[in-house]
Amino acid sequence: MSRRLSRREVLRAAGAGLASLVVVRPARATPDTMQEAIRQVVGPARITPGRVTLELPPLVENGNVVPLAVSVESPMTEADHVRGIHVFTERNPRPEVLGVRLGPRAGRARVATRVRLANTQSVVAIAELSDGSWWSASADVVVTLAACLEEA
Amino acid sequence: MARAMVSVPARARRGEIIEVKALISHVMETGHRRRQDGSVIPRDIIRRFVCTYNGTEVFRAELHPAIAANPFIAFSTIALESGTLALHWTGDNGFSVTESAAIVVE
Repeated sequence: MSRRLSRREVLRAAGAGLASLVVVRPARATPDTMQEAIRQVVGPARITPGRVTLELPPLVENGNVVPLAVSVESPMTEADHVRGIHVFTERNPRPEVLGVRLGPRAGRARVATRVRLANTQSVVAIAELSDGSWWSASADVVVTLAACLEEA
Repeated sequence: MARAMVSVPARARRGEIIEVKALISHVMETGHRRRQDGSVIPRDIIRRFVCTYNGTEVFRAELHPAIAANPFIAFSTIALESGTLALHWTGDNGFSVTESAAIVVE
């Protein structure tokens, strides 16, 4: 199917290109530093993809305020519940975003907040269950206007 | 002083899962930004958020500079008994704010 690009799409693509060009700054996290940060939290335990849902818009116009929610499939009983939820980014200046402690009294394993994203990147959410297992989900986000870069 | 807003249902049935929403005014200065002259603007963020329900901790969050300005956090808890939910934010430069909300459980 061929279709001509609208003016809006062209401008948006140009904006995205520009945003990625402007990003020439040291002290940026990399996928490796994100993995290190995750290991700091998880230790040697195995992380299995699944059970975690990461809600994040696929295209973000303004990286300064990005709605993010993480939920985990769990009955949230005394015997089987989510103990913690952690969120990491690949290319923010630091990989850590949020660390949450919860328990059976939460009733439902879900947390929502608003984050900053400095770049088009992957975001990873991991959850620790009461049996000691770790689960994860990741999402890719395209950011047109990056956070953290403007001068004051 | 920082303004905090807390949303908790005023009434709930016993055992019902209620949603708690907390919003507080704060710059969440990342410590990664620079001024025109190249000097780094020092970090000034809220680092910790704790919610207690009649004195028992039910939720805790550790915040990093990647949390947007005016941090918003929503989570849930089970309405067990009538009482008070106290929300406590602490951070850099001695930042400390507590806000509470009453709930009637029937």
